[in-house]
Amino acid sequence: MAGAGAGSHVGGLAGFLGRRLFRAAITVTAALVLAFAGARISGNPFDYLYDDALSVEQRAELAAEFGLDRPLAVQFAAYVGEIARGNFGRSIAERRPVVEMYAEAVGPTLVLGAATVAVTLLLGLPLGIVAAVRRRSVLGAMAMTVAFVGYAVPHFVLAIVLILVFSLGLGLLPSIGQDGPLHYVLPTLTLALGLAAAVVRFTRAELLAAMEQDHIRTALAKGVSPAGVVVRHALPAAMLPVVTIVGLQVNGLINGSLIVETVFALRGVGQLFVGAVQTRDYPVLQFGVIAYALVVVAVNLMVDVCYGLLDPRIRRGG
Amino acid sequence: MATVEVPGSAPTETVRVRARAPIPWHVWLAIGVVVLLAAGALAAPWISPFDPDRTNLLRRLRPPAPLGGHPAHWLGTDQLGRDLLSRSLHALRTSVAIGLLGCIVSTLIGTAVGLAAGYLRGRVDAVLSVIVDTQIALPYLLIVLVGLAVFGTDVHVLIPLVSLAGWESTARLVRGQVMGVAAQPFVTAAEALGARPREILWRHVLPHVLPVLLVQFTLNFPGVLLLESSLSFLGIGVQPPTASLGRMIGEGRHQMLAGWWVVAVPVAVILAITLALQVIGDWLSDRLDVRRR
Repeated sequence: MAGAGAGSHVGGLAGFLGRRLFRAAITVTAALVLAFAGARISGNPFDYLYDDALSVEQRAELAAEFGLDRPLAVQFAAYVGEIARGNFGRSIAERRPVVEMYAEAVGPTLVLGAATVAVTLLLGLPLGIVAAVRRRSVLGAMAMTVAFVGYAVPHFVLAIVLILVFSLGLGLLPSIGQDGPLHYVLPTLTLALGLAAAVVRFTRAELLAAMEQDHIRTALAKGVSPAGVVVRHALPAAMLPVVTIVGLQVNGLINGSLIVETVFALRGVGQLFVGAVQTRDYPVLQFGVIAYALVVVAVNLMVDVCYGLLDPRIRRGG
Repeated sequence: MATVEVPGSAPTETVRVRARAPIPWHVWLAIGVVVLLAAGALAAPWISPFDPDRTNLLRRLRPPAPLGGHPAHWLGTDQLGRDLLSRSLHALRTSVAIGLLGCIVSTLIGTAVGLAAGYLRGRVDAVLSVIVDTQIALPYLLIVLVGLAVFGTDVHVLIPLVSLAGWESTARLVRGQVMGVAAQPFVTAAEALGARPREILWRHVLPHVLPVLLVQFTLNFPGVLLLESSLSFLGIGVQPPTASLGRMIGEGRHQMLAGWWVVAVPVAVILAITLALQVIGDWLSDRLDVRRR
């Protein structure tokens, strides 16, 4: 529960971070164990990769090659030992190092993620401000529409609608593949609209709350222009919850990119992971789960640190 | 803004029922859409013109009747010649049933956990927080996959699995509410009079949390419904031949060049139900003045 430490009472920022780090360590350890167990409980890769076409001897040979014929306890010890040495094993399907496969796939995903965050902020912040300040204008109505539609419509439906309209209907943009920047437009829009909706809602709500505070009214009374008040006084106060929201939506973003990469056939981390899930490629699956947990935990930690830096009450230990 | 007491309880800071304002037209429209779709889902076996799973290769990929398709298939047919109207009605039935049951289970779990964490605090709270953290840090896809592998791919297995998705936000919300209510003088008084924790939670705390739960339920339901659709879309939710909205979209997207309506029909149904529920949820949370984060 991020933000639960807002009323922290022991030891200021260091103690606060210490407790967070401890909890993060527990979480990552749990993910490590569950990745191993979950992969093995959910099925056997040979059944999915070779469609039951293997003879008993071939199965045994493959199992021996990947160490899957050993007792589970031995497998687990080897798994933890290898990870400690930075070795995440080879893919059963492609017989290549897992790290190499993820390294190849991370490019498109990072481009997609960066573009999404950029578009989200470029779209969400101004619309949020407009929605708070000029509620009854056309722009304000547009802002609330984005906030509403983006919030309610799921990624896979939005993706299909965008393809139907912009690829099939108008023929403006490519729907699948990753040959150029144009291929990233629809995937980025799909992910960004949902996130921008959250940003619009929170920016608007926080700005409206901030505008009622005493220091804002004082600034207005002293003759600062309304625009100046919004930019210099109200906006900084409203940023804290907005940062939290963007941070907390990162796992939603990752889950969304699993779907978006599948729909738009982007060969990114998400598609690699979904493929591994479908074929039960243990090493690829395990690395995916651990990486996912690390990213989510790291982002939550960063949100907490931002909180600490932006809110002096937490920095001082309240 | 006149405040009215919630019957049978003292007013608290977070829950106020406003004096009756007329229900705006767009909310009526949303209610109408939801009632219509719910009736369609309920009556699907009786009002569907065709068997949803029956294929007819002579009538493959016919466009909707108004666009020049076969007059018997109002919304057209898919790549196997199945009637899209019948399929959508049955799919809606499946999706709504799973979403509704999943949402009820998730609300029950979340409420129980939130009550325990918010009232007992201390160790219970800490342990529950770690569980929530861990669940958030795991890809949901993996949890579902393991569940399906262990318990089978039956529709009944999907319900507890989709309910895992929303419980933590309900728990967080209830926990916060309980902390607020537990600090009130009447709870302290009940404790001083020797009431047991179970009685206090049931008789004094829970009634205050109920309006918030109602709103949370309306806001959560589309999410749970869509989760089932997303899973079925990826091919790991409802299994064929059972129709589910997500599955129809997942299979239909490969037909987009041959017949856009195969995917557009289920998309339209999902859009209608989620947008209508969102309108109602927003209105309800405004009306009950629930602060949500």
